[in-house]
Amino acid sequence: MRTDSETLNVEFTVNGEARRVSIPPRRTLADVLREDLGLTGTHLGCEHGVCGACTVIVDGEPVRACLMFGVQAAGCEIETVEGLALPDGSLNDLQRSFSEHHGLQCGFCTPGMLMLGTAYVRRAVAADRESVREVVSSNLCRCTGYQGIVDAVCELVCHPDGTGAGEDPAGDS
Amino acid sequence: MDDTATPAGGTRWTGNKWVGRPMSRLEDAALLTGRGRYTGDIDVPGTLEAVFVRSTVASGEILGIDTTAALDRPGVQAVVTATDLAATPGLTALLEREGFVTTTMPLLATDGVRYAGEPVAVVLASDRARAEDGAESVVVEIAEKPAVISIDQVREGGAGAVHEEAPDNILLDSTLFSDDLDSVLESSHLVVTKRVDTGRVVALPMEGRSAHAHWDGDRLTLHTSTQVPHMVRSAVAEQMGLMENQVRVVAPDVGGGFGQKCVVAREEVIVAVLARMLDRPVRWVEDRGENIVASFAGHEQVHEMTAGFTAEGVLTALSTDVWCDVGAYSAYPFTCAVEPLMAAGELPGPYRVPRYAARGVAVTTNKSPTAPYRGVSRPQITLAVERLLDEAAARLGIDRAEIRRRNLIRPEDFPYTGANLVTYDAGTYGESLEMCLAELGYDRWPERQERARAEGRLLGLGFVCFSERTGYGTPVFAGRGMAVTPGFDTAVVAMDPTGGVTVTTGVSAHGQGHATTFAQIVADRLGVEPSQVRVIEGDTDAVPFGWGTFGSRSIVIGGSAAHRAAGRLAEKLARLAAHRLEAAPADIVLENGSAHVRGTPARSVSLAAIAHDAHIAVQHLPEDEEPGLEARDSYDPPGTFSNATHGAIVEIDPGTGGVSIERYVVVEDCGVVINPLIVDGQVHGGVAQGIACALYEGLDFDEEGQCRTATLMDYLMPTAMEIPDFELHHLETPSEHSSTGAKGMGEGGTIGAPACVVSAVADAVAHLGIPVDRIPVTPQYLALAIGAATDNPDPGEQT
Ligand code: FES
Ligand code: FES
Repeated sequence: MRTDSETLNVEFTVNGEARRVSIPPRRTLADVLREDLGLTGTHLGCEHGVCGACTVIVDGEPVRACLMFGVQAAGCEIETVEGLALPDGSLNDLQRSFSEHHGLQCGFCTPGMLMLGTAYVRRAVAADRESVREVVSSNLCRCTGYQGIVDAVCELVCHPDGTGAGEDPAGDS
Repeated sequence: MDDTATPAGGTRWTGNKWVGRPMSRLEDAALLTGRGRYTGDIDVPGTLEAVFVRSTVASGEILGIDTTAALDRPGVQAVVTATDLAATPGLTALLEREGFVTTTMPLLATDGVRYAGEPVAVVLASDRARAEDGAESVVVEIAEKPAVISIDQVREGGAGAVHEEAPDNILLDSTLFSDDLDSVLESSHLVVTKRVDTGRVVALPMEGRSAHAHWDGDRLTLHTSTQVPHMVRSAVAEQMGLMENQVRVVAPDVGGGFGQKCVVAREEVIVAVLARMLDRPVRWVEDRGENIVASFAGHEQVHEMTAGFTAEGVLTALSTDVWCDVGAYSAYPFTCAVEPLMAAGELPGPYRVPRYAARGVAVTTNKSPTAPYRGVSRPQITLAVERLLDEAAARLGIDRAEIRRRNLIRPEDFPYTGANLVTYDAGTYGESLEMCLAELGYDRWPERQERARAEGRLLGLGFVCFSERTGYGTPVFAGRGMAVTPGFDTAVVAMDPTGGVTVTTGVSAHGQGHATTFAQIVADRLGVEPSQVRVIEGDTDAVPFGWGTFGSRSIVIGGSAAHRAAGRLAEKLARLAAHRLEAAPADIVLENGSAHVRGTPARSVSLAAIAHDAHIAVQHLPEDEEPGLEARDSYDPPGTFSNATHGAIVEIDPGTGGVSIERYVVVEDCGVVINPLIVDGQVHGGVAQGIACALYEGLDFDEEGQCRTATLMDYLMPTAMEIPDFELHHLETPSEHSSTGAKGMGEGGTIGAPACVVSAVADAVAHLGIPVDRIPVTPQYLALAIGAATDNPDPGEQT
């Protein structure tokens, strides 16, 4: 019988810092971040890919870290909630907007919502409220009824009159 | 400033600078930067991960448990079964009430299993994946028995007994109000009988339950995702045979609760027991499947009502039988009687019911146990009463708004004592209704609906009124016969030598923002900034004994306690300042971090200077003053009523049966609002949860008692696409039963929303004669019913 103690060495960057871990192949990226790197800001709400609490950004795209194995992240650039604040430690615009619009209560879904929102805000220009709702619907929140979260993201990407031109098609590049 | 000397309802502090402000929360920065610390984040070196082996069948006798293969798996350190826990007595929730049958929930299933998901064994390993491997290798042999899965099955009789103590599967049968209504009903113009069913749901906090325990040879430290740290401490101490001072329970950041974490979980107790038994730190983090299938559920009820009305639609009498499916065990410490007693005790809600009879029944079944889920029976009674009123209005040809106007408690009635012997403090029942109707454009609704129908569209408008009793105090719980009466709470407010303020309180937030609202309350009383006030909760080593957070109690009870304690501290600060400034204490004003003499701002001393003297240079204190700056107070109210009207406009897709919510309006009155941002957030989240109960969420079981909705792919929690933007309006009737004038409001959203959505859906299909008396109202139900009613050639498409 194969032992379960085999580990693989994997290198990637997390929030700009080069990291190297020695992990069992079956360990998810979420568990690697939490258990091996102590980055417990990434949360696990379902571990089956539905809730989005574990959302991190991998090479610019929001990803469910519970659905990706750590070994699959080899060579990738990973961003987590711990890397969002400004260099002086103060909140960035999206974080501040979440606080101002009460887009968080218990805070458990919040890191995932922030990473989802971060990836979206980077490419969305002049979005409308409906498209923000659609993006936010990728993740679940039990506390807020989503309104504060939608308000918070909208603050950064929506026209004041609530209309917009949707995603910037060039934003992907 | 002496409201501490007056009884509840005495003077209220009105010097508010911070109370009422929509200030951003002080707790946010940590949560937004990944520095939140939840139970699952706690990692002590050497920690063993616990994974539970759970019964795969709903009912049966355990014939044997073979752990040998599991113990051979790499990394597995121990496998524990009920035999190893023989010294623990199990959790027994007590109620001193006739008709209540006492049962015990053992920590692990002992002889028999009573629901699919019940813990049978625990595997401990060096990491979670290995513990899960081990759990898969535990072989549990069970002689399966037929499952008892529904209220109707129990009522028909002949089902096997879930508990020997209750051969008929009734754990409580209590007639709360007996009244012979026959003659009143006979002389009533209209008698409506109605059955309303509400589905079984699960609270689904985004952080499931979890616990981490550590035994240091003499003392246990248990971090656990709970709403009630002191109750957990009592349970753990009792089960382990310890004094409570040998147990420290900490609720760190808690990722939501909604009632699921306001009772004691057997898993958290087991983690504590094992930490001592194995002399290793032990951690358990529930997975989502366990949270859905094996944790506490709620809300499954059958209401059977009979109501009499005059020709004008005025209620003459109401009787109800409430049947609650409480699942396999009575949750500790509140018991399984919470739901039936709440429903039968408070059914009349905001309406004047002259004659009332009510019976509450708790039925045990082979399903996961229940806990008081957000709203606790009031979503159900609101749905029940509002369906009754809509039907009566239709049959009497009275407008739906008018029948409510004729029955609502009127301004001149307060304080109003109903036939259910509950006394309602002042509220805005009629006013909130009128405001909501105006917002919805109710006047113009008939034309709009007609036009839509002419275009083949199904549009409906619904609205419901309800009262939300909050801040339940000791007398209410004692009156129900509960052995544990979680009424009062305590706060200690202390100023340190630098002038920093620390509030410790027995309530325990899990998203409600106490670090901010309590700071606002205390800052106003002491004349400091909220940012200088630190609120500590949830650590039994650090805070006074208290009951935690549930039942919309925190701001009413804990907030009043903090307000009163801060008032006492303010008095002492005024005395010390008066001494320094050679003025009378009554002339001292505390403001902007200083004390000054009223009318002479220049005669002032900083609070930091007073605080320094009070601790470090006590020789400067007046002779009769004790050193230190600390005050403590407790509060125990009779309860206070918030009220609201919810209104919604919905559209049903006739093809798919899907319901979309076009508008959702809330007009609510929770007294003095401490922080509008937080209050609105509670309403938003509550309404979303209520919409979920109305349209999307329901635990579904097959005949063998297997849950068919065990993942988030099957149990449909709504996303931002299903939940609309909400329109909120506030009225303010200050409470006489809290020191701040605030009423509780954490559950109102969930109380009103199911009935409101159902009322709108029913209105949309009223012309088709489709009854809507059961939640969740699924697309399948609506599509089939609409198809049948309109002779749609292919109504079965959805199924
Ligand atoms: S934890 Fe990854 S999607 Fe839920
Ligand atoms: S803030 Fe609690 S789950 Fe979103």
